[in-house]
Amino acid sequence: MAASCVRTVGSFLGKCTKCSSSINTVATQVLLSRQVCVSSALCRKNLAAAGPEKFTLEYIQKQVEEYEIGKRHLANMMGEDSENFTQEDIDKSIAYLFPSSLFEKRARPLMKHPDEIFPKQRAVQWGADGRPFHFLFYTGKQSYYSLMHDLYGKILKIEKHQDRLRAKGLFSQDAQLISLGPSRWLTKEELELLLVETISTHDYDRFIKLMERMLAMPYSSTEEEFVQRYRRQLEAQSMKQMMPPLEKDENGVAFSTAEGRRKTSDSSVILRDCGSGHITINGQDYLQYFPVLQDREQLMFPLQFMGVLGRFNLECTVSGGGRSSQAGALRLAISRALLSFLSEGDGEAMRQAGLLTPDPRVRERKKPGQEGARRKFTWKKR
Amino acid sequence: MAVRALTRGFRYSRAATVASPCGGHHYVTAPSVKPPQPQADDVTEKILNQPLEKPDFFRVAELFSLKDLFDARVHLGHKKGCRHRLMEPYLYGCRLDHDIIDLDQTMEHLQLALNFTAHIAYRGGIILFVSRRRQFGHLVETTAKDCGEYAHTRYWQGGLLTNANIQYGPGVRLPDLIIFLSTLNNVFQQHVGIRDAAKMNIPTVGVVDSNCNPSLVTYPVPGNDDTPAAVELYCRLFKMTINRAKDRRKQMELLHGLSAPTSQTSRYALK
Repeated sequence: MAASCVRTVGSFLGKCTKCSSSINTVATQVLLSRQVCVSSALCRKNLAAAGPEKFTLEYIQKQVEEYEIGKRHLANMMGEDSENFTQEDIDKSIAYLFPSSLFEKRARPLMKHPDEIFPKQRAVQWGADGRPFHFLFYTGKQSYYSLMHDLYGKILKIEKHQDRLRAKGLFSQDAQLISLGPSRWLTKEELELLLVETISTHDYDRFIKLMERMLAMPYSSTEEEFVQRYRRQLEAQSMKQMMPPLEKDENGVAFSTAEGRRKTSDSSVILRDCGSGHITINGQDYLQYFPVLQDREQLMFPLQFMGVLGRFNLECTVSGGGRSSQAGALRLAISRALLSFLSEGDGEAMRQAGLLTPDPRVRERKKPGQEGARRKFTWKKR
Repeated sequence: MAVRALTRGFRYSRAATVASPCGGHHYVTAPSVKPPQPQADDVTEKILNQPLEKPDFFRVAELFSLKDLFDARVHLGHKKGCRHRLMEPYLYGCRLDHDIIDLDQTMEHLQLALNFTAHIAYRGGIILFVSRRRQFGHLVETTAKDCGEYAHTRYWQGGLLTNANIQYGPGVRLPDLIIFLSTLNNVFQQHVGIRDAAKMNIPTVGVVDSNCNPSLVTYPVPGNDDTPAAVELYCRLFKMTINRAKDRRKQMELLHGLSAPTSQTSRYALK
């Protein structure tokens, strides 16, 4: 539906009279009554072309002031000390005053410093006289190109250093290769965050290639600090196994306790280094509790894998779930308890065998419009 | 340039009110505000007009000689087959299929170009160094950084000059002079910046080799743009002229008492 805004000629002319005073006043009074229709297409702004919303520096400063004042008010409201009111206190107070049961944590009420809420933007790039601050401003991607410029400068410096050493005769091929440790290059997104500007995949690839080229040179260890700025440390690949502690009861028998879960079953196992191979589950003998061979096999597997079948006494408790899931929970608990009696190598072998991995599979919910989780209703052609 | 506009603004503010309707809004300047320092106005005019009285106020002709150009291999052009028709007036001749550029003409053109650059730098204009040769990209960028000016030796995005308000933001100031250390891009076609600068009325200084088109360049300098020695010479010359012009400007301002005299006066002696 085309909404056309109607503007009178009078309003147009009224604005123009001041600029050109030569218009005949009589003529204007005659023309004032006529209506001119202007279509809304001319008035509509292209919202997409404006790009993401830009916040001025004054606006952000105002937000910061409001945040500080609001923080003090909140502290007074909660009866806390307004001087030492930390972000954690703010979060707790907001959660108390505005309880929300929304699942999406980001949709809940939030009170944080404006620097964390508003995305980082570039300040104005030029001074009062109009001269830009950065010497590569007119390229469009000043941070990225200045980074490439510095990197190339460092390569040239290393080459000059090598030439000087060669001239003195002290150059050696295998000297001081840079050691980076377990780390990876910054991803494209992280680099964009660092530079506060968007770069294309091609640019990112060129940057990585140039870095690799620098690292391949023999004397690049001088620039290690510069390189480390663009690398992230990798987390340890294998987490240290959480071993249950080895305790000694009053008879001097070593034992350890561990827990395990599978589907909806919870189990707890006490492994005693007695030497009899006796197993009790919920007060009952295991043959009675698990009549099926498959479940008993699940129980024995960790001990049989390690070859310690007759060594330990098991005192287990298990609840919830069905027959098979209880057996699985017990198996996990036994494997965990066994860790404290074994060496590092055996523990690694158990991890490789999959004995220490909790099984993440749970029952999938039924969806509306379907018979079950996956099964659909019978399709009828007509 | 900005100072010029400022002084003009001072003058015209005494005139009758000027209203400019833009998009239906009204902007009216305040009536006759007396400028606070009438002496500053005259002094600035004097500072700006003084270099225009002499033909070579900054003595750029002293910076280089014909022998320097010859030693830097500036006279070596490309082969006869690569010759551009419009470069024929600038060539001295052709020896064994290699074009030789006339160094007498180069001397004149280089002097004009350096003089113009010095005047632009003296007036605080923005100078942009452009070159698309990968060999000399780092050198050109370092030169620009040392002068305190700007460089662009990377891929030229289409709307850098012509679409500047949208690319950089509203109110950006465009370069007042563009210096091309090589007028060709990586596919041996004329650099887009020459045409764009001509569109935006920005004067250009360009080193034109025997395979380049000198028509759109305001101050062409016929010379070799491939040899490292020649490009280093050009960079050194431009850097020296710009630094000289800026130091001269500071000296003039101190001389006429515009800015507070500091102990750094002795440091700004002509290099």
